[in-house]
Amino acid sequence: MAANTNPQSRRQFLLDMAKTACGVGMFGLGLGFYARQARALPPMTIRPPGALPEADFQGACIRCGMCVRDCPYDILKLARPEDDLATGTPYFVARKIPCEMCEDIPCIKACPTGALDHKLTDINKARMGLAALVDQETCLNFLGLRCDVCYRVCPVIDKAITLERVHNFRTGKHTMFLPTVHSDQCTGCGKCEKSCVLEVAAIKVFPVQLAKGELGKHYRLGWEEKKKAGESLVAPEIEHQYNLPEGFKYEQGRGLSGEAVPAPTVPAEPSVQPGVPQALHGDKL
Amino acid sequence: MSAQNRIGSDAALTKGWLGAHKWLLLRRLSQLGILALFLLGPLAGVWIVKGNLAYSLTLDTLPLADPYVLLQSLLAGHVSEKLALIGVAIVIVFYALAGGRTYCSWVCPVNMVTDLAAWLRHRFGIKSGARFSRTSRYWILAMTLALAATTGTVAWEMLNPVSMLHRGLIFGIGTAWTIILAVFLFDLFVSPDGWCGHLCPVGAFYSLLGKTSLLRIHATHRAACNDCMDCFVICPEPQVIKPALKGEAKGIGPTITSANCTNCGRCIDVCSKDVFEFGVRFINKADNNPPQGETAAFGNRP
Repeated sequence: MAANTNPQSRRQFLLDMAKTACGVGMFGLGLGFYARQARALPPMTIRPPGALPEADFQGACIRCGMCVRDCPYDILKLARPEDDLATGTPYFVARKIPCEMCEDIPCIKACPTGALDHKLTDINKARMGLAALVDQETCLNFLGLRCDVCYRVCPVIDKAITLERVHNFRTGKHTMFLPTVHSDQCTGCGKCEKSCVLEVAAIKVFPVQLAKGELGKHYRLGWEEKKKAGESLVAPEIEHQYNLPEGFKYEQGRGLSGEAVPAPTVPAEPSVQPGVPQALHGDKL
Repeated sequence: MSAQNRIGSDAALTKGWLGAHKWLLLRRLSQLGILALFLLGPLAGVWIVKGNLAYSLTLDTLPLADPYVLLQSLLAGHVSEKLALIGVAIVIVFYALAGGRTYCSWVCPVNMVTDLAAWLRHRFGIKSGARFSRTSRYWILAMTLALAATTGTVAWEMLNPVSMLHRGLIFGIGTAWTIILAVFLFDLFVSPDGWCGHLCPVGAFYSLLGKTSLLRIHATHRAACNDCMDCFVICPEPQVIKPALKGEAKGIGPTITSANCTNCGRCIDVCSKDVFEFGVRFINKADNNPPQGETAAFGNRP
């Protein structure tokens, strides 16, 4: 074809080539956009332990399913075309079956390409996702009950989820035990989401970039800096002077104490009440 | 329908039905056997082979990996772990010797789908056909590789009917069957040998891989050809036959050297004159003595 010197067929050849190139180009463009779209990991799907960041993962995973095969609990699935993540890539849904966090991490060992990072050897360092207590309105512990199930089932118990005690202002006399996730310990296994007793889980595992905030790079936490430096970095601390009514004293951590000194027996004005600081009387403010 | 106008009917008369379908049967045995090995694990719990055609581990020791997928992954910016690289090396060496597109006709599960479409086309005399260039597949191949590099993902694998079908059969097919159906209908009604012969970049890749492969089909006894045209009709890549079969006057040897020959062996099957046979590339000589009678039923010549 190409070697033919007949101008007529050379013309035809060029036309055919342009036709093919255009067709393939259009097709490629469509596929390219589809591929870009599929790069976002949907919030309810979690990658196996050690998965590279999503953008890298989709270049590294060849969809062979070896991780699926070597998962002893049959947790992992390969995405089908109708699922809304990249076809053929492995994932699990925490609310259905969470990761059991095998100590020898067979899924990573099975991965031939390193899409699941072979450098991860301690499952407790896995960051498949991050749990977040997303709904404080329905979480039973936030309602003042002692459900605690997410806290109890957590494989990193008392580290990844702790129960923070807070006064229950509704009853006025109880304590609420608020499940609190710590991102430096949570592996994202999904046990908490799976076992949440509600119809729809109040605690959910999300891809880390969805669940985690980030401080501005210039932020310094004063108390941390102080601990590091051993002293306040701002200025020498000045003891706070409290301007309190007579007989009162204020201590850090304990609050106000003492008793009001009865007001001097001046002719009583109707607005004056015992125990109200002098300064608040009259027009002196 | 009379047997006379069916492709290979002459061959069936001279060599018997089995003789006229030998390579076809062997090929189906290979395709289904490989599929069965993969399915034995998930269906029967016998784990001889794990994985799929992208990467597999046989008996927990032999890794095999698809070089086309790995190349896309490499272009997407990822260098694989050792196991995949060993697997790729083994596969490259194998197909460089056995013929790249041997993958297409002896391993690929889509081949059975498109063969069925081709068979139905012949059977029902469907002549319609959009004709487009057989080089389209190389454009598509280039496009998929460019996509991998620009999107940083193994983009083609989201659509690839070959891996979709194989993975689907082993891991659950979901709606992937629609893509397979589309390929089937495309081949049946839109374009003869449309997918495997014109568009599939996997086949294009493997054709390049096996460009200088050792195992080739030879029209060794081309002098005996009676111009029945059965081989041209049955061949999914008929353009590869002509130089070898009819090139004697131009001094072209009888070896089918085109990288797009899939080594399917159907030309050997349907030829009543036993013109074709498997052989090694370097022995590129015609045998001008016509085959001795019809006794060589299975084409097994020294």
